Amino acid sequence: MLEIRQLHKSYPIGDSSLHVLKGIDLSVEEGEMVAIMGSSGSGKSTLLNIIGMLDEADSGEYILDGLPIKDLTEKKAAVYRNKFLGFIFQSFNLINYKNALENVALPLYYQGMKRKERQELAMFHLEKVGLANWATHLPKELSGGQNQRVAIARALAANPKLLLADEPTGALDTSTSHEIMAFIQQLNDEGKTILMVTHEEDIANMCKRIVRLRDGIILEDVKVTQVRAEQYV
Amino acid sequence: MFKFLFESDTWQEVFDSFSKNKLRSILTMVGVWWGILLLIGLLGSARGLENSFNRLFGSFATNSVFVWGQSTSKPFKGFQEGKQVRLSLTDAKKVEENVEGIEFVLPRSQQGTSVTRNFLTGSFQMAGDYPLLDQLQKKKLIHGRFINQNDIDENKKIAVISEDTYKQLFEKDEDAIGKYIDINGINFIVVGIFEVGNINMGPSTDIHIPFTTFQQIYNRGDRIGWMMITGKPEYDIKQIEEDVKLLLKNLNNIHPEDTRAFGSVNVGKEFKKVTGFLIGMQFLTWFVGIATLIAGVFAIGNILLITVRERTKEIGIRRALGATPFEIKRQIVLEAVFLTMVAGIFGIITGGWILIGLDAAFGQGTDAVIVNASVSIAVVFIALIILVILGTLIGLIPAFKATSIKPIEALREE
Repeated sequence: MLEIRQLHKSYPIGDSSLHVLKGIDLSVEEGEMVAIMGSSGSGKSTLLNIIGMLDEADSGEYILDGLPIKDLTEKKAAVYRNKFLGFIFQSFNLINYKNALENVALPLYYQGMKRKERQELAMFHLEKVGLANWATHLPKELSGGQNQRVAIARALAANPKLLLADEPTGALDTSTSHEIMAFIQQLNDEGKTILMVTHEEDIANMCKRIVRLRDGIILEDVKVTQVRAEQYV
Repeated sequence: MFKFLFESDTWQEVFDSFSKNKLRSILTMVGVWWGILLLIGLLGSARGLENSFNRLFGSFATNSVFVWGQSTSKPFKGFQEGKQVRLSLTDAKKVEENVEGIEFVLPRSQQGTSVTRNFLTGSFQMAGDYPLLDQLQKKKLIHGRFINQNDIDENKKIAVISEDTYKQLFEKDEDAIGKYIDINGINFIVVGIFEVGNINMGPSTDIHIPFTTFQQIYNRGDRIGWMMITGKPEYDIKQIEEDVKLLLKNLNNIHPEDTRAFGSVNVGKEFKKVTGFLIGMQFLTWFVGIATLIAGVFAIGNILLITVRERTKEIGIRRALGATPFEIKRQIVLEAVFLTMVAGIFGIITGGWILIGLDAAFGQGTDAVIVNASVSIAVVFIALIILVILGTLIGLIPAFKATSIKPIEALREE
């Protein structure tokens, strides 16, 4: 599903440069649920951004579903992002002047889907996250948990191969976090491959595999017994 | 590539971003709205003024010159300096036959006279005229008719009098047509009353009588007061004036370089000054209007540039969700065009209202200052096309700004 070999990335800081990723090797199978952990500055967000094609590696290989991702033009990256990837962000990143339904439908708009079709599909996904009744509400009228669920619905809308979550529970309280995690676990149960950046141990333990980063290298890569989130809800 | 322009979704996106940010959008549009309002308002008023000038001059053959005799300033062929020059009917005829580009030559004679009717009396300017005068200098007749060819042929003793003359010689509401007035001891029948127009070329006349009658009663014989010469529209009246004078000097044994022998007023030249002024005013209007419009469009570009900064995150999200840079640019350019267009259309509508208001306030009646203040559809279309072009160009700046930020940087902003 996902193959990364000897990935390097450094950022220029003034005259010198900061080496953030120092040769990452990572392989993710379909249906996995991986947590990427590490303290701030460990390079976990950078890794996620490269996987998410929001950033480009300096060297190394990245193959997504058999497709080598390299020399991306902005346009190509946009198309790949739209086709292969679903993003879930810490701060939800919904467009504040669009209601829940419109937000969910946005990736479909960029796929070139017809209005009626995409609204139906968006509604389907909103139903799935249990927010069908909130379809016409603006993000500011929804709670944090609800907003994150809208964001998840949006990430799912384009039926991506890979879900990328950057601290999805970072802005939520514990019980809402568990609610969202339960939901993400359910998606994984249904077969979605999920890659999640977190620095919370208990959230990481709700995944099936934990990859620990420190100073740009993989420190540890272990399979764990998944802690089900439902039990806390 | 331009298929998107016809997709409702594209416009839905633009309209969404517009309607969800109403205040910002409206403030943005004020500049362009004001610009196009000025353009339409000024152009319409300029047109109104032009129309009113045209209406004033419309009844008048503008391509004309008056020529009369004075006294010579140079001795020539044995004649002393200071010889009185009198034009004659023969001169008029020769001018008409020999000078190129002439449409009409109209001899006229005029003299002050006293007129009596019953116990009322007054002194008036009386002219001997041909029916042609009515054609070159349209007489607004309130009652009756103007002189006709029959009057000329039969030296009829008839008079066409001005409204003021009527007021001096007749009682209020008295019917003057068919009544006699006494001019220099000769009875004339009043056949028409005319209103003095706003614009009067040449000396003003209170009473018109047939030219032949005039010549007869004053014993003028062949001699005329002056001649009014009208050129064909395609000929330069200044050239005609020179040719006429040269010919007249030749016919009357006057030194070719004598500048005093003939006096003249070139109506065409004066008229050109007025039309030149009007053209200048229109040019100024376009200049001011377009300059204001450009300033307005720049204001839109400026505000879009600021909002692009504000919307960095939104743009980042859109790009993360799969919007290509082109799609982002396209949307921002379309927003710019949409704003300029909406502002422009509102400007055109309100400009139209202003013209309607001007018309209601100043455009009524026969002596209105502004007549039919309006702009042509072509001008409106040109203005709209200019707006679309400017809107597109100005939208490109924030559009490129928007896509120059990497999506990751855009998203990182909290």
